[in-house]
Amino acid sequence: MSALTKAELAEHLNVSLNLSKRDSKMLVETFFDEIRGCLRENEQVKLSGFGNFDLRDKRERPGRNPKTGEEIPISARRVVTFRPGQKLKSQVELHAAAAGRTQE
Amino acid sequence: MTKSELIEQIAAQHANLSLKEVETAVRLILDDITETLAKGGRVEIRGFGSFSLHYREPRVGRNPKTGDAVPLDGKYVPHFKPGKELREQVNASRALGY
Repeated sequence: MSALTKAELAEHLNVSLNLSKRDSKMLVETFFDEIRGCLRENEQVKLSGFGNFDLRDKRERPGRNPKTGEEIPISARRVVTFRPGQKLKSQVELHAAAAGRTQE
Repeated sequence: MTKSELIEQIAAQHANLSLKEVETAVRLILDDITETLAKGGRVEIRGFGSFSLHYREPRVGRNPKTGDAVPLDGKYVPHFKPGKELREQVNASRALGY
């Protein structure tokens, strides 16, 4: 199965909601731009049922170049983490349960 | 930012769409992503990141009240990997003092 992309999301809006192709495409862009813009300003994004996008500040820590084995410090950085919400988690677990059944 | 604030922000940039239409569209996008993952698929949003499933091995858990061992089945959990652009922008914002 090929991955779901912005193009398919836009097409789905166009077909299901009868929005113009242009509006559908722009809306999908704005959706992800707004979330990204918020995270860029160090603000958490909470989408109930789906999940939360959180930010974590990491301290510098020792690392290693896996190829050469050379020790190099991993610099302090800010990272995005995603915590799936209850609804998303349970939907995905249902899939796993179904997959288990078909294998039996 | 919450879902309703996100909807308002998007609506503010799409003057030709009603708040109701944007609300429906946002729900559809989130449902689409959820359903794709529930079917075992992947979601790839360029510049933002990708959603996929990670497998958790079966393990023996414990009932925290009684201490009894409880066998837990293996399961799939949703995972998000931020894209390069998102990673870089978020990290750059540190330097700007956000």
